[in-house]
Amino acid sequence: MKEFAYRRATGVRDALALVAADPGARYLAGGTNLVDLMKVEVEAPTRLVDVRHLPLGGVGEAPDGGLVIGATTTNSDAAADPRVRRRFPALSQAILAGASGQLRNMATVGGNLLQRTRCAYFADPAAPCNKRVPGSGCPAVAREHHNHAVLGWSEQCVATHASDMAVALAAFDAVVRYESPGGAGEIPLAEFYLPVGRTPHLETALPPGALITAVALPGAAASPRSRYRKVRERASYAFATVSVAASLDVHDGAVRDVRIALGGVASKPWRARVAESALRGGPATAERFRAAAAEELSAARPLRDNGYKVTLARNLIAAVLSELV
Amino acid sequence: MPGVIGVVDHRNAPRLSPLAGTFFGPDGGLLMLQDGVVPYAGCPVALVVARTPEQAKAAADALPVTYDEQPHDTHFSAGHPAARPASTVFGEDANVGDVEAELARSAVVVDEWYRTPEEHCGAMELHSATAWWDGERLQAVDCNQGPFIVATGLATLFSLEPERVRVRAEHVGGGFGSKGLCGPQLVLAVMGATLFGRPVRVTMSRHQVFLMTPPRPATEQRVRIGAGADGSLRAIDHEAAFEVSPLASYVENCVEPTKTLYAAAAIRTRLTAVPLDILPPFSVRGPGLTPGSFALESAMDEVAERLGLDPLELRLRNEPAAGPVSGLPFSRRDLVACLREGARRFGWADRDHRPRTRREGRLLAGTGLAATAFSTGALPSSASITAEADGSFTVAVGASDIGTGARTALIAVAADALRVGTDRIRMRIADSDFGPAWAAGGSRGTASWSWAITDAAAKLRERLGDPERPVTVTADTTRVLGGLPPRERHAYSAIFAQVTADPATGEVRVRRLLGMFAVGRVVNPLLARSQAVGGMIMGLSMALHEEGVRDRASGRQVNADFAGYHIAAHADVPDVEADFVPDYEPDDPSGIKGVGEIGTVGTAAAIANAVWHATGVRQRTLPIRVDRVLEDDPR
Repeated sequence: MKEFAYRRATGVRDALALVAADPGARYLAGGTNLVDLMKVEVEAPTRLVDVRHLPLGGVGEAPDGGLVIGATTTNSDAAADPRVRRRFPALSQAILAGASGQLRNMATVGGNLLQRTRCAYFADPAAPCNKRVPGSGCPAVAREHHNHAVLGWSEQCVATHASDMAVALAAFDAVVRYESPGGAGEIPLAEFYLPVGRTPHLETALPPGALITAVALPGAAASPRSRYRKVRERASYAFATVSVAASLDVHDGAVRDVRIALGGVASKPWRARVAESALRGGPATAERFRAAAAEELSAARPLRDNGYKVTLARNLIAAVLSELV
Repeated sequence: MPGVIGVVDHRNAPRLSPLAGTFFGPDGGLLMLQDGVVPYAGCPVALVVARTPEQAKAAADALPVTYDEQPHDTHFSAGHPAARPASTVFGEDANVGDVEAELARSAVVVDEWYRTPEEHCGAMELHSATAWWDGERLQAVDCNQGPFIVATGLATLFSLEPERVRVRAEHVGGGFGSKGLCGPQLVLAVMGATLFGRPVRVTMSRHQVFLMTPPRPATEQRVRIGAGADGSLRAIDHEAAFEVSPLASYVENCVEPTKTLYAAAAIRTRLTAVPLDILPPFSVRGPGLTPGSFALESAMDEVAERLGLDPLELRLRNEPAAGPVSGLPFSRRDLVACLREGARRFGWADRDHRPRTRREGRLLAGTGLAATAFSTGALPSSASITAEADGSFTVAVGASDIGTGARTALIAVAADALRVGTDRIRMRIADSDFGPAWAAGGSRGTASWSWAITDAAAKLRERLGDPERPVTVTADTTRVLGGLPPRERHAYSAIFAQVTADPATGEVRVRRLLGMFAVGRVVNPLLARSQAVGGMIMGLSMALHEEGVRDRASGRQVNADFAGYHIAAHADVPDVEADFVPDYEPDDPSGIKGVGEIGTVGTAAAIANAVWHATGVRQRTLPIRVDRVLEDDPR
């Protein structure tokens, strides 16, 4: 770990100013990912600006019947909130499917959105990695990629996004709110993560120096019939192989509304809009679920050793939707 | 840089003796920082000594190192052109009867390949050692599994007289094999202490532990078994290939169970070593037997399947009267008792042996079993007992307690042998100055140390009489052990597993594990049960999770941390039951065999067999990953 300066911000403006003044500065919230990466020197900030104690925590009601989750709300608190559990159960389930109890007690909602990929080449400074060192190459495409992306990747990077929470947020059309030196703003989660393209080191649409302040869940997306299911290499405490967040509204045997997002398959939570539109208005049957899932996955480009993820994602979408009928 | 005391590299490191090694022979992997060659990815190239660990790490990261690349090969396969017959340190290949003729006469023949990946010890305590020179004497506090053996190796390595080296390891946070030899932490700490004339502590990072402490080698095993229609085995042919390093000899003795477990008209075994540019592999959690039993006991299940026979019955029908290869009598063989009692408790009699017939919603359920034998027998050790003037006894033995509770067990053995309460025993262990002693390894620690303590106690009881003056006696078991009659001496187990599998997602969960063990006399039931349960969990972890993955270009382990190298988490561990059938070792004064590793051995095959029973698909490659179980069209 490289030596760094540490400051506890006294307010949002103070935090913005401290980070703006130092190009090597980073915000520190729970630190559950950042500090690990600092230990292996994948991250080497010159200054940490601690925002964990800023008054940005807690879950509040939104005028549209949705919820606003403050950026420094711990993952544990967000998952346990009765309104989250009632209106957005898939979000609570997704958070609880991630990490461990101890980590969820430390990790924040804002920090969770900004966690980095768990691609082993990214975490090993001895290896090339376009995300860590732009232009150095991506070993994963040709070498070890058993748990890498099958959708939306590029020759520059085939890493997956690690968050469970973000998958559910994608399904619920969440909006990320931030403050920045240039003023406040918000970004729909669907646009929050940038396409990999030729710039895998550029991960989010946040302006420079921005601080996430909250995540808003629209009331229109509330769905007590929603579910998150995660398949991984052991029963707990592992990142997703493939996960699905889905909600389903069935009326008279027909799909009135459906939301599907996939985790573990792309550099961002993958909203399955192809499958959704194939299903909307049609009969809610296992055959249709399976066909729609297959249609979504027809865009997949598996590598030598991760083709199983295509089968798994298809099966998992069909299984979760069937459980929601 | 701030705090830096110095750097050790191949230009200034103390010269090391190539004679130092292990049970298997000289180990070139110990010869660190001797030249500019990097024989495997992860090999240390320099040691930075500083005042604080942070200063040392920062300086090590700043150290400029340039590499030239040479051709290397880390890709293991049984058919590798460099494959050669393994060392015969564990005995000659078995060549009983005519395998081909017996296979030709068999009603059913199973001929399959089984594969296991590199696996890592993963002890929670990172490897750490502190070394310093005390005048002419080298002192070290290390974490290892056998201080006397490590001290002897260290003396050889640094060309010192053995009495000039003292190594202690009183408290060790797990070993699993990775602390069985003179570790890099100790060698490097001694180098630092020697060059800079001050105490030096070396603590490895988790990453370094993965890259620099030995794994279990990957194996590829071909098993052919032929059986008559009545289930009697006619032939067993077990060919096992495993990876090694050209730096050191090692044998992953996969065929040990094949040589002793079942009677057959013909038994043939072959062991093949494939040298690759990797860190020398070494013993990990039931070395040899654990991957070997996965192959043998999976193949046995396939024989039962093809015969339409209960896998339990198949095993009962092939009990040997004497060692099937050695011809030697068994000291005591209680496999049948383990199988029958385990089956009774597990409810095996109700099993429908057809696969893929039990559905619970989206899940498929199944059960499986495996049997095994684990060789036992005390190895030479010494112990001293001092009868103190206050009526207490100080026992000194070079034993090692790596978290098993060996210290507690030995206190009971000593109290028993001295016929006093445990409150009068002061147990001192894990100091090479206590004299020769076997290590916490091979499941032979408790048996070996207990025998020495028992002998010392017997001598002491003859000499007691003057309570005013402390009396010390020492016993060494080398001679008495050398006079033991040759026998087949083994512990036995039968493991039963119940699993569920989701064919749509490939998720396998173990719902229940039950192990019945014959391990000789049980010294401490609580500790022995804990050891057996822990072993079964390690077997579960092997079956479902553990897999060292190397980058195919660089040969470097890709998943060299606990985020990437998965071991079973709490949520993976089900209802685990372990118990013991009455047993004793007739030739051991305390009746002990050994409980150390046998829990691990049979578990992977029992789980793989249960997965077949659930899904109808054989899992011949470990771990049983999601992608290996997942079905394209799950019904």
